[in-house]
Amino acid sequence: MENLPSLNLIWFIIFVILITGYAILDGFDLGVGIVHLFSKKDDERRIMLNSIGPVWDGNEVWLVTAGGALFAGFPDAYATLCSAFYIPVMILLTGIIFRAVAIEFRSKQPQAWWRWTWDVLFSVASFIITFGLGIVLGNLVRGIPLNDEKEFIGDFLSLLNPYAILVSFLTVSLVAMHGAIYVLMKTEGELHDKIRSWINPLIINYIILYATCTMATLIYQPHMVEAFRERPFFFIIGVLNMLAIANIPREIHKNRDHRAFASSCANIIFLMILYGIGSFPQMVRAINNPEYSLTIYNAASSDLTLKILLIIAFIGIPLVLSYTFMIYWIFNGKVRIDQNSY
Amino acid sequence: MDVEILARIQFALTIMFHYIYPPLSIGLGLVMVFIEGAYIKTGNPLYKSAAQFWTKIFALTFAIGVATGIVMEFEFGTNWATYSRYVGDVFGSALAAEGVFAFFLESGFLALLLFGWNRISPKLHFFSTLMVCLGAHFSAIWIVVANSWMQTPAGYHIVGEGMTARAEITDFWAMVFNPSSMDRLAHTVIGAWLAGAFLVISVSAYYLLKRKFIDFAKISMKVGLGLATVAVLLQTVSGHSSAKGVAVNQPAKLAALEGIYHTEKGAPLSLFGIPNTAEERVDYQIAIPKLLSYLAFDNPDAEIKGLNEFPKKDWPNVYFTFYSYHLMLAMWGAMFLCCLLSIVYWWRGKLTTTPWLLRLLAFSVLFPQIGNQMGWFCAETGRYPWLVYGHLRISEGLSKAVAAEHVLGSIILFGVVYTFLFILFIYLLNEKIQHGPENFDTANLYHQLSTPFKTPSKDAHGKPAQP
Repeated sequence: MENLPSLNLIWFIIFVILITGYAILDGFDLGVGIVHLFSKKDDERRIMLNSIGPVWDGNEVWLVTAGGALFAGFPDAYATLCSAFYIPVMILLTGIIFRAVAIEFRSKQPQAWWRWTWDVLFSVASFIITFGLGIVLGNLVRGIPLNDEKEFIGDFLSLLNPYAILVSFLTVSLVAMHGAIYVLMKTEGELHDKIRSWINPLIINYIILYATCTMATLIYQPHMVEAFRERPFFFIIGVLNMLAIANIPREIHKNRDHRAFASSCANIIFLMILYGIGSFPQMVRAINNPEYSLTIYNAASSDLTLKILLIIAFIGIPLVLSYTFMIYWIFNGKVRIDQNSY
Repeated sequence: MDVEILARIQFALTIMFHYIYPPLSIGLGLVMVFIEGAYIKTGNPLYKSAAQFWTKIFALTFAIGVATGIVMEFEFGTNWATYSRYVGDVFGSALAAEGVFAFFLESGFLALLLFGWNRISPKLHFFSTLMVCLGAHFSAIWIVVANSWMQTPAGYHIVGEGMTARAEITDFWAMVFNPSSMDRLAHTVIGAWLAGAFLVISVSAYYLLKRKFIDFAKISMKVGLGLATVAVLLQTVSGHSSAKGVAVNQPAKLAALEGIYHTEKGAPLSLFGIPNTAEERVDYQIAIPKLLSYLAFDNPDAEIKGLNEFPKKDWPNVYFTFYSYHLMLAMWGAMFLCCLLSIVYWWRGKLTTTPWLLRLLAFSVLFPQIGNQMGWFCAETGRYPWLVYGHLRISEGLSKAVAAEHVLGSIILFGVVYTFLFILFIYLLNEKIQHGPENFDTANLYHQLSTPFKTPSKDAHGKPAQP
């Protein structure tokens, strides 16, 4: 039995897949939101908004499902996380509400002030959501103070530590780059050229932050590196990630937007794997006492629940993937504005 | 104020606001299926425009429904962390199933529904409508199952003691089909159909009053009224069955709903009254003798347990439960009356020309909304003081790491955001209603009939595309 992956491990992997799906998919539409204000023209903004029009809602469902999976599979981790990150979660939720509303309402009135207001809200909300997720991620890497009842004992301000803020900036820069490449893929003509000119600064910005963050992690969060020291072959993922990142400007230069976007997706996947390996088996690291950490074992549901969830996932995930592919296939190609657009 | 009261206020506020939208989506989903089905069958472009109009209204409610629904999901963890630890093993799988089976289906196919008119065939479009409608219903199934488990837990055992006690699942299907699931699901879904149907009736009646989009209003009225009539009759059966279930499974709740303070045989059904908990009686009561016993146990002399059989600390708030329950019943009566009057006048060919009735119908959209809210309210307050009936008290389910001022802050935040959101929703709903369905100008009818499946496409600058 020792060599078989346990149900806990399988569920942890499924959870990481859901989160990765969320990061890739909602990542690009949040990114579109972040770069939205870079263009000052109404019709360009409209095209950018409509590039995510049919899919942003479905992308957000990955977060809902990941939340549900965490609740069901690892209720203690879910409870500790949500209550520890009370204020960030509330801000995140407000951001999600405003963003949904801004996308839905922007096109409903022609006045410039109306559109301008929703554009700003859309962009700011996208930024806040991404930044907030970065704060959560940064603190998960760093660890938060917990007591022996798995409860958070720190305060809100301790969550705003320099490391978490650095991770937030990294997240924002990643998502902005990812989103810009997505719009590049979906546009043509003048707007396409304009976005091309944004890409290089965004990539450079991301690479600088990525390097800084990696160094900060090596110096201040050495526990993230232990797994790599014990099993050096994991290091290859880090190498692959660098190759994926390096490939983005190369493909952009050769005008192969789709491949650039694929590289950006690969980059996100490798990042999530690196995070997963570095933090495994901990889900919420206790910074004050490692024994209080929530792991995939002590925070998990019973085996029966994990089995039930596995059955749900086996039936559900192929369905979900098939209609996700179908929708991306149907809305493949450059954005066209028609009477049904936002 | 203490965390418990604040957390309860916050949950009530956010869920009552959320609960305006999903029932509308469920009901409108069904209306869209009927109307687009008629379009597929007849090819009449008027049905297509009608389907498009209701799809746009659907999209508006769906967007707000999802956004406010995400809040609900995370609120379990933020404000009720101890509860989440206690029930996650059982309750979480229903929530995860909702995400996987319902949300993806609904939001995925909604994209085709909204943006696919010019990209996919009418049949595939109709299929998407069906899937969206199905997804909306699936959502209801999993949420009501999860909530019903809190009302009448089944298929689990308790592991650990004191601080570390939690429910663990032993039988998934027993959890899903717990004693109240099916009754409550039927009751909730029919209530949602009523919400959608009466919105359609109300908008149609408004157009008929204003003499605008008459053809559209007639089509929609027909579908809305048909659905409403069937639903209001079904709700009688479902309500009766639910009440019988409550009598067996949650006698304290039944006693509170009807203001029965002392166990009695041949208990009456209250039509009106003011519960007086201090003196343990209902003042100014108007009641039908023996009817409650008959309805609950099919026997006019059956014994109904009163609140006196339960310790006082386990009593629900009789005042709130009694009133919300009776208001819900009154709303049912109002909807029944609306359907009856409309059918009689329709039969006599006078529905479209009777202003007072149309005004009543235009107003009628509020009846199912109030009914649904009150139904949810009495179901939840009737469970008091239990979060999980008989196992976990509301006061025991709170987050320990969260301070009162944080909860208060979030109440204020959501209060402001939701008020703003509601104003916007009403404003945009009104805009869409004033604008009316596209292509319903009879002058364009000939043109529309000649190109049944195509609407003119436009390029990025809003000009018609070159063929």
